[in-house]
Amino acid sequence: MPVAELSGVTKRYGEVQALRGIDLTIERGELLALLGPNGAGKTTAVRILLGLSAPTSGEATVFGHHPASHEAKIRRGALLQVAKVPETLKVREHIELFSSYYPNPLPIAETIAAAGLAGLENRLFGALSGGQRQRVLFALAICGNPDLLFLDEPTVGLDVESRRTLWAHIRGFVKRGGSVLLTTHYLEEADALAHRVAVIDRGRIAAEGTPAEIKARTKTSGLEDAFLAIMHGEGNVICESGLAAKEVIQ
Amino acid sequence: MTNVYWMESKMELRKMARLKQYSVSTVCFPLMFYIFFGLAMPSSFGSLTLGKYLLATYGAFGVMGATLYAFGAGVAAERGLGWLEVKRASPMPPAAYLVAKAVVSVTFGALVVTLLFALGAIFGGVRMPAGQWALLWIVLVAGAIPFGAIGLTIGNLAGPNSAPGIVNLTFLPMGFLGGLWMPIGFLPKALQHFAQCLPSYHFGQIALAILGVPPQGSVLTHVEALLGFGLVFAGIAWVAQSRDHDKLYG
Repeated sequence: MPVAELSGVTKRYGEVQALRGIDLTIERGELLALLGPNGAGKTTAVRILLGLSAPTSGEATVFGHHPASHEAKIRRGALLQVAKVPETLKVREHIELFSSYYPNPLPIAETIAAAGLAGLENRLFGALSGGQRQRVLFALAICGNPDLLFLDEPTVGLDVESRRTLWAHIRGFVKRGGSVLLTTHYLEEADALAHRVAVIDRGRIAAEGTPAEIKARTKTSGLEDAFLAIMHGEGNVICESGLAAKEVIQ
Repeated sequence: MTNVYWMESKMELRKMARLKQYSVSTVCFPLMFYIFFGLAMPSSFGSLTLGKYLLATYGAFGVMGATLYAFGAGVAAERGLGWLEVKRASPMPPAAYLVAKAVVSVTFGALVVTLLFALGAIFGGVRMPAGQWALLWIVLVAGAIPFGAIGLTIGNLAGPNSAPGIVNLTFLPMGFLGGLWMPIGFLPKALQHFAQCLPSYHFGQIALAILGVPPQGSVLTHVEALLGFGLVFAGIAWVAQSRDHDKLYG
């Protein structure tokens, strides 16, 4: 059984059709990257799997449960794009609080180590750098000892070093047996971390496979070229989304 | 799971205590006004010294402020800037979030009332039986409840940047026009009539009744009016929240 699944999911926000029928499964122990340009529907897919928004049609399940159910919540963690995190709590306090939400959280010290926050425990969140802040959000996502992690553009806006550091911690989570759904528009990030990539464009899955498969099928050497090939409607993995490529690429 | 409520409240208290724009202004404003109007200008109104009369009304004013800011500005910021989403994706019981805000409101309300009482007793020569002090304290602090509902309505409807302004525009006129800054009898007749539409007026009248000021109308009517306001706004807040859930982000 997949750890999370979207089947035939569509989502409409007023005039905007954010998802146009998505089928997606996340298997146990894998890191699936959902790759696509801004506005492709990545965040919408994640929000539906987190129970923050209901699909217009289709079905979403997490561990066989409704995404908003307590059973689903206690087995997953999430790092979301958030404009402002309360700044007057210390790193340790944020982690203690989120740990208290879960029945079997990791020991605080373990969470701190797994997110690379040693030495920062007593800093106020407001006094942290961008990379440190993302690592705190990562800590809050893993502190409940989840089996499944949702990471929505976790490294956006980070410098190279901070990005690599966070990658190492994400790999650590997968190595311990966790499953991950990672959304990103950094191709390098998908290439570096993912077992499997699903390219999403204009609310549809345009291609799916291992990074190597996608490169092979589009006869390109890098995932970036493969991505552009898919978006331009070249290669043989193309869905009807190719039509929209001009707008996406500009 | 009761531990979650305790942790959430404890962390919320720390967070707000360190947030100077909340903790300092919530405590200092009512004290400052009380010193200016209640203590600096020795005068009397009816059978009471102004120092004693205004102890009740500035107590109500202080509790109202602590509550409106904690719920109104607090919820609007966390909702509008994505933090509430992170919490909603986690297994935090939704009630814990509101309980924590209520604990902050009541704690700061109690602090303001206690400090006002100390000022009144030490510098204003206010004397009354212990039972009366206690009853006034309890009634003032309990008055936070209906204002929590009003604050939550603002928090659920206002944007993160506009909320503090909207709270000010609610709180300050409601204090003045409800007869909390100076005895309601000092206001023009038309405004005295209008005051009956304000929850702050009814709150003030209940507190004054404990000091032996004959209320305009019966105490029971004021209690009913205040409960009515609380219920209506709790309803609006609830509707606003349900509407909000599926609207945020694309």
